[in-house]
Amino acid sequence: MSVDKARRGPPPPPPRRGFDWRAAALPSAISAISVIVVFGALGWAITSADEWPRIRLQFFNLDAMAAAFPRVLQGFWINIQVWLTVLAAILAWALVLAVVRSLRAPWFAPFRLMVVLYIDIFRGVPVLLLVLLFGFGVPALTLPGLPNSGLFWGGIAMVLSYSAYVAEIYRSGIDAVHEGQRAAAKSLGLSEWQTMIHAILPQALRNVVPALMNIVVALQKDVALLSVIGVRDAVREAQIYTASTFNYSSLIVAAGLFLLATIPMARLADWLTRRDRARRLQLSA
Amino acid sequence: MTTPRIEIDEVTKYFGDKLVLDRVSLSVSPHEVVCLIGASGSGKSTLLRCVNRLVEHDYGTIRLDGVPVDDPSFGKTGLQRRAGIVFQSYNLFPHMSVLDNITLAPRKVHGVPRAEAEARGREVLARFAMDRFATAYPEQLSGGQQQRVAIARALMTKPDVLLLDEITAALDPELVGEVLAIIRGLKDEGMTMMIVTHEMAFARDCADRVAFLDGGMILEEGPPAQIFESPQEDRTRAFLQRIISAGRL
Repeated sequence: MSVDKARRGPPPPPPRRGFDWRAAALPSAISAISVIVVFGALGWAITSADEWPRIRLQFFNLDAMAAAFPRVLQGFWINIQVWLTVLAAILAWALVLAVVRSLRAPWFAPFRLMVVLYIDIFRGVPVLLLVLLFGFGVPALTLPGLPNSGLFWGGIAMVLSYSAYVAEIYRSGIDAVHEGQRAAAKSLGLSEWQTMIHAILPQALRNVVPALMNIVVALQKDVALLSVIGVRDAVREAQIYTASTFNYSSLIVAAGLFLLATIPMARLADWLTRRDRARRLQLSA
Repeated sequence: MTTPRIEIDEVTKYFGDKLVLDRVSLSVSPHEVVCLIGASGSGKSTLLRCVNRLVEHDYGTIRLDGVPVDDPSFGKTGLQRRAGIVFQSYNLFPHMSVLDNITLAPRKVHGVPRAEAEARGREVLARFAMDRFATAYPEQLSGGQQQRVAIARALMTKPDVLLLDEITAALDPELVGEVLAIIRGLKDEGMTMMIVTHEMAFARDCADRVAFLDGGMILEEGPPAQIFESPQEDRTRAFLQRIISAGRL
């Protein structure tokens, strides 16, 4: 660089461009108008159909909705309670499965095999079938010392099924931890178990948070499966109302409650995924 | 003659059907620094990892102060305490602070109380001008700083031997010097070291002896002046020629 250039110094930073309302106005207006036009046309097409009054009466009847709401909401509270309880059990039990499957010591072979079989079986059978089998079948045995409620055994079925999936998610996270981490831990004298607890699992769990969030959302909806064994959740309560009035608006109420819970969670899952990806990009840069 | 600190005797290692170490013998005296050089895949890293049993050799014997490394008298962690290793990719635990990284083994493996382990940890970090970063996480540090922490971690148990596995290979060129300066310092204090390296200038300058590996065998060993100035073997000459034309010597 010439002395002359250094003396003059670099040019000043360019002026900051503020948000230009005029430039943004036209595109915003166009998108707003096109949204109104398309959705308006769709709405008009639906409501002007010959069948619309009957559909509205059967599915979107405000009076029926109001009448069914308290019972459906009460049922939905059951959904939330079951969801959180079952979720906690799944996350813990699946972690045990994943760790057992990932330990490499030779004497662990029979336990590893048991976990592989467990995952094959419970991932391969429909959840609904498991719920029916456990929810109706096991209480009929009247096992001594164990609860006899369909709710309890239906919940067990959910845990057995979902933990198989979640164990595989955990395992993918464990496998994704770099081999060098194991080498470092081993060279420091950590046992295999200490390596897992102190070095591998903390990293693995952080890796799988986005994938787990999707399971959490799916589980929230699938708790409704327990309605088939008579658990009076939101779906069951809505069905009871439907059965006595032949009006389906109560099911729409239940659907609305589910959406109210799942949509924010899906957004949270997206946000966590994005944040995680940003973190990885930053690390690899 | 004193017992060698490390005595590698006719060690052979296969990975599956692939022969990676072929009857390698090498001994390292106390306070001696031996550099292992050679092309990638020549077996030098594997040889290093056999010494602290990260890799189990198939035939032959490796002794530390006369005791075979697989001797029960080492217990589960005695060998790891006496032979520290530092890796090319640092392999620090990313979810732990610098201080937790270096005190993990003393606390969890050797049962040192936390306060005592951390006091020693800060002492070791201070030696490497890293005490400011005790509470930082590895990803907040430069490569050279991370490698200094990794060396500190390996020194926490006061090992008799330090094994260094291409510890500057992942570093930006301007950061290599700060790490090599630490190794020189350790040499001056009398640390026994086996060093796998591609830094020929460092090997020539710092090693007491250099061993050239090729195809799983030690083809030639001797003082650095002899290996670098008048190599006896054609393959050593060819290897050094390649290094020189790549501008690394």
